[in-house]
Amino acid sequence: MAITTPKSAFLRGLADGLPFLLVVIPFATLFGILATEAGLSVLETLTFSVVVIAGAAQLTALQLLQENAPTAVVIASALAVNLRMAMYSASLTPYIGKAPLWQRALAAYLMVDQSYVVAVSKFEQSPTMTLPQRMGYFFGAVASVAPTWYGFTLVGALVGSQVPESWALDFALPITFLAMIAPMFRTMAHVIAALVAVVVSLLCADVPYSLGLIIAGSAGMMAGAQTELWVARRALRT
Amino acid sequence: MIDTAILWIVIIALGMGSFMLRFSFLGFVGARNMPAWLLRHLRYTAVAILPALVAPQVFWPAATDGQLDPARLAAAAVTLSVGVMTKNAVAAILAGAGVLFALLNLL
Repeated sequence: MAITTPKSAFLRGLADGLPFLLVVIPFATLFGILATEAGLSVLETLTFSVVVIAGAAQLTALQLLQENAPTAVVIASALAVNLRMAMYSASLTPYIGKAPLWQRALAAYLMVDQSYVVAVSKFEQSPTMTLPQRMGYFFGAVASVAPTWYGFTLVGALVGSQVPESWALDFALPITFLAMIAPMFRTMAHVIAALVAVVVSLLCADVPYSLGLIIAGSAGMMAGAQTELWVARRALRT
Repeated sequence: MIDTAILWIVIIALGMGSFMLRFSFLGFVGARNMPAWLLRHLRYTAVAILPALVAPQVFWPAATDGQLDPARLAAAAVTLSVGVMTKNAVAAILAGAGVLFALLNLL
C-alpha cells in the first residue's frame, strides 16, 4: 500500500504496530497482576498504566514501593529508567518537530519504545514523507499499542492469577526489540553503535538506577557518530 | 502494604516526569534546527539504546536467576540473524520465539 494521505499513513502505521501486541499483551497483563498482588486496587492499577504508560518504569516504581524505599527514590529511579524517552524525543524532533504543538504534546504522551522504533525506522527509510503523513504514521503505530496497554493492565488486575512460567514471557521483550532493530543495521556505523552499546551495557550492569542504560546508549551513539565521520573522511580521500 | 497517599504521589509525579522527558526536545526544540553533530549522534539512538536495554536480559535472564541460558541466547541470536537477513521483523519474532520454545522444551 502506497502512503499518499495522512489516513493511508495512519493505516500503514497501524499495520506496522500490530506485531508489538505480542509483547504488550503479556507485559501489560503482568503489570496488572503484580500491581494487584502488591495491594493496589483495580482503579489504582489502571490509572498507573494510563498516566505513566511505561512498563519498565512502572515495574521499577512498584518494586521500590513494596520495599518501602523513600518516595523521592522511587520517583527518581523510575524516571531514570525512562530517561531514554528524552533521547527518543530528540531523535524524533528532526522528523516531526514542525508539527502543531497539540500534536507534539499528544505524540509525547504516546511515545513508547514500540511507537518510537516503528516510526523512526519508517522515517529513515522514507525521507520524502510529508509532516502530516509522518504524524499519521506515528499515531497509527501507537493506536493499537496504547489501548492494548490499558486494556490488558485491567485484565491482569482483574484475573490476578499467575501466567505459567513455562511460557517464558520474560523473553518476549528482548525478542521483539531485537527483531525491530535488526532491519535497521544498514551501515557499519549502525552495527558499531549497537556493538559498543551492548558491551558497555553489560559492563555497566551494576550501575544503580538503570543509569548503565543511559551510559551504554550514549557510548553507542558516540561510536556510531564517530564511525560515520571516519567512513565519510575515508571516502573523501579515495 | 503500600501507603495510598504515597502511591498517588508516585503515580502523578511519574506521569508528569515521564511526559516532560518525552516532550523535552519535541516540545522545546520543535521546529528549530539542531546542530549537525547532535543530529549525527541522534541517528544512532535506536540502534544503541534498544540493544543496550535487552543485552543484560539476553546474557543474564532474571528467569534463570542471572545464569547464562542456552535457549534464550540461541533465540536472541536467531531473532537477530533472521531480522538482518530478511529485514522482516515479524519473521524474526516468529523464528526467535520458535527457537526459544523448541529449546526450552528439549533442554
